[in-house]
Amino acid sequence: MNTRIALLRKQSREAIPTLSAERSQIITEYYKSSRSRQVSVPVRRAEAFYHFMEYKSLCYNAGELIIGERGPEPKSVPTYPEITVHSLEDLETLHNRPKVSYKSDDAMRKIYEDEIIPFWLGSSNRDKIFARMDVDWIQAYEAGVFTEFQEQRAPGHTVLGNKMFKKGFLDLKNEISEAIQKLDYFNDPEAYSKEEELKGMDVAADAIILYAKRNKVLLLQLAYQETDKDRKIELMEMAQICNRVPSHAPNTFHEALQHYWFIHLGVISEVNPWDSFNPGRLDQHLYPFYARELAAGTLTEERARELLSSFWVKFNNHPAPPKIGVTAKESSTYTDFALINLGGVKSDGSDAVNELTYLILDVIEDMRLLQPSSMIQVSKKNPDRFIRRAAQIVGTGFGQPSIFNTDAIVQELLNQGKSLEDARNGGASGCVETGAFGTESYILTGYFNLVKVLEITLHNGLDPVTGKITGIETGQPEEMKSFDELMLAFNKQLQHFINIKIKGSNTIDRIFAENIPVPFLSLVIDDCISNAKDYNNGGARYNTSYIQGVGLGSITDILTSIRYHVFNKKGLTMHELQEATHLNFEKKETLRNILLNHTPKYGNDEDFPDEQATLVFNLFHAAVNGRPNTKGGYYRINMLPTTSHVYFGSVTGATADGRLAFKPLSEGISPVQGADRQGPTAVICSAAKIDHLKTGGTLLNQKLNPDLFSSDKGKDVVLHLVRSYFRMDGHHIQFNVVTAKTLREAQLHPEDHKDLIVRVAGYSDYFNHLSEALQEEIIARTMQE
Amino acid sequence: MKGIIFDIKRMALHDGPGIRQTVFFKGCPLGCHWCHNPESRSKNVMCLKVFETLNSIEVEDEEIVGREIDSVELMGFIQRDSLIYEESGGGVTFSGGEPLMQPDFLWEVLTLCKKHEIHTCVDTTGYSSWDKIEKIVPFTDLFLYDLKHPDNEKHRHFTGVENIQILKNLSLLDELGKEIWIRIPFIPTINDDEADLLKFLAILAKLKNKPEISLLPYHKIGSHKYTRFQLPNLMHGVEEPSGISVAFARHFFENEGYHVTIGG
Repeated sequence: MNTRIALLRKQSREAIPTLSAERSQIITEYYKSSRSRQVSVPVRRAEAFYHFMEYKSLCYNAGELIIGERGPEPKSVPTYPEITVHSLEDLETLHNRPKVSYKSDDAMRKIYEDEIIPFWLGSSNRDKIFARMDVDWIQAYEAGVFTEFQEQRAPGHTVLGNKMFKKGFLDLKNEISEAIQKLDYFNDPEAYSKEEELKGMDVAADAIILYAKRNKVLLLQLAYQETDKDRKIELMEMAQICNRVPSHAPNTFHEALQHYWFIHLGVISEVNPWDSFNPGRLDQHLYPFYARELAAGTLTEERARELLSSFWVKFNNHPAPPKIGVTAKESSTYTDFALINLGGVKSDGSDAVNELTYLILDVIEDMRLLQPSSMIQVSKKNPDRFIRRAAQIVGTGFGQPSIFNTDAIVQELLNQGKSLEDARNGGASGCVETGAFGTESYILTGYFNLVKVLEITLHNGLDPVTGKITGIETGQPEEMKSFDELMLAFNKQLQHFINIKIKGSNTIDRIFAENIPVPFLSLVIDDCISNAKDYNNGGARYNTSYIQGVGLGSITDILTSIRYHVFNKKGLTMHELQEATHLNFEKKETLRNILLNHTPKYGNDEDFPDEQATLVFNLFHAAVNGRPNTKGGYYRINMLPTTSHVYFGSVTGATADGRLAFKPLSEGISPVQGADRQGPTAVICSAAKIDHLKTGGTLLNQKLNPDLFSSDKGKDVVLHLVRSYFRMDGHHIQFNVVTAKTLREAQLHPEDHKDLIVRVAGYSDYFNHLSEALQEEIIARTMQE
Repeated sequence: MKGIIFDIKRMALHDGPGIRQTVFFKGCPLGCHWCHNPESRSKNVMCLKVFETLNSIEVEDEEIVGREIDSVELMGFIQRDSLIYEESGGGVTFSGGEPLMQPDFLWEVLTLCKKHEIHTCVDTTGYSSWDKIEKIVPFTDLFLYDLKHPDNEKHRHFTGVENIQILKNLSLLDELGKEIWIRIPFIPTINDDEADLLKFLAILAKLKNKPEISLLPYHKIGSHKYTRFQLPNLMHGVEEPSGISVAFARHFFENEGYHVTIGG
């Protein structure tokens, strides 16, 4: 990268996340005005947004090519008191906590104390939600049976489609005025609501145009002051770009990037959506501009690279809004889950990989930034070169890009009722979630602790950790005669908690629909304008609510232990197992060794344990899939944890798979940490036994040693594993290329690292199988790299 | 029919092309000083006492080395990765020990593999009567053929057997035009000087076809196993070869037109 990109990158990496009271002040100012009480809810939301875009401070970072920050400066994060009003204690916690902290100064706290908290306390959306949740929900939530994504962040979780690369907001304003003219007050009972929503959208369009014009003025001033001749011209060009987009559709590569960035800022300023927002199929959207300009000679590859790099920095400047409480535990990260999709198929089903795809991969490798996240979509139609190039970047050990199965995604979307074209234009966002880009609201409602549900089942409705009756009575496990009986009890308990979760989510959906419509986001997602309905109220073409199952590996191994030892071999009684878990295996080390080392485990391609995985997966799927949500769509499942497997583990006692109390659960659909001892091929065979196509995404993590990537054969291993897993309909796989640090940790805690593979000499082996001297040698080798 | 194996390694990357399973047969007629799998020598199933550390408490446990397996069961296991073999151009490798110590079992499993169109490799010391090798030739796609030492006396000293039969079998296999990869363990002070390398070349020069050469640099990976299985380690004082000496040996063969890989 060149000097100025290096400087921008450095500035971004070194910036410390802070909180800014600016947005809270501007929004509160509007809400206090008499005007805000005179208008309908959608118009109020739009005008609040307009007010913010009109008065928010502008930010220019020297040398940048894409302009615009959500806060006053990079990594300065606004707050959203209408959704969550932080208390002074919250600000204190955010400031002081050792991980994922957000700094705030006395001035910010003073503003909160004097202006923000008094106005919003008790009336923020979060307050409304907790006031409305019933006892069952609160108890299950507090026990860690599930989490709730929308309790302090707005539903977002959508991705831009291709529409906005062909349209400007003036075009959308025309569509809105046509839609208003067509309203039929004589026959459509919803005409009034529709008109108010459309009026809100119109104001929101004006807001983003105004914000761009303000940036244009700033850039002209900067150009005027600029002494460097080249930069002066560049600033003039940038001003011109801000004059054109987002009012009009972009004409050039540079305009397209700036155009998207304005939209991105609009979405994440209007509310604090989770996930933030995402350009989705970036190589597809940008390619026409790239190809046209390259041919015309108005753009070079180098310039495109520089523009993309500046664009990349923008994402990294925007950490997630501050999360507190359970929400901070389930997603303990600054990452705000913008996931760039590359490759896949075009809407006609043909190979979508192009030369820009490779250029963007270069940028990913070169920038090596936490944000944006990146992934490749791999279809059977994509060339091996594409996967090899991505594998090369994976081999550098930074966890990007992750790798997805386009053909599975398309089938998953078709299975959910999307059109073939919408399915092909889709992809994955967030961590691994399937979506039809530009046309779907597919919110995550929360993580669901499958292991906790089993723990409660094994205590006949009691949560042994809190000592409270949390579930329903489904029978004493010691009296159960068969494994099937246990599974029946588990299924009853599962249905019970899924019902509680869905009731809660349906309520929360309505609270958002009625209080926090998002007219700006609604502008860019089809078919909100033509339906004249808000994104948060079912305006999108497709509306999906996901519940994310967590701990599949753990629950599989627990059930396998019970089935194997208690019901099949009968070497242990349920009582003995229960007693050992209550003692957290203290003085039960021999039993624990049997559970850990002499019990079949998920992840080794053995049918006996893997049957439990399929069983639990199918019950979870049946309990959730197809239940209606409040937006004309349905509940679906996916299997991913972010960091909730650590949180869920911390509220779950010792388990019959040998796991100690309060230790993390397994993540995604990956095997329990260290339980997979047959290598990645066996893992993918196990993981493929569940029917991925019935989900909206599954997450499989695999560790590989960096040494593997040093040989050509090693690089091809990733290619072959990916192609194989995807032929088995696997949804996603990510390779974690481990470092010396991990190996050191493995030496200290070998029982947690049983699946760590190292390349030795002429063969590969498990790290645990090697002598200490050899381990030392391999660590030394790894450190050299 | 049943055989005795001591391990099945999934995702084996260095025992032939592509991603493979390597099935380790138990029992070996050689006793190479540098053997990486000393537990494979005996053809019998063994039971060892081991210790697991849980929460810093030692728990006594036992480890069974080797198991009897039916050819149909083994075949079922091999087939689990069929799709991965197809994608990667891999297959199954029979190694050991010496797979030809169980010739009928090996033959049966090989024929089953070919019935299922799975690529087969046999990793052999070549120390066997020719008729046993001849019998598996039609069902073996690739031989990974070990040459431990070019000098017969030294071969006997370091492996316990002569290399005369081994070299004879190699030339017969070569006559048949079978694809062969020669695997040479490259061990300082034992077979790494220029005279040794020249003798290796002389052996290879007699072959009609130019085989691939895999140089396997000696590594002390075996040493922990000698402690674990309580076996005498005869390799004290032998160091791993330097990168320079490996590179030298590589060029030595490459100069004669051989394609050489390091580490299989």
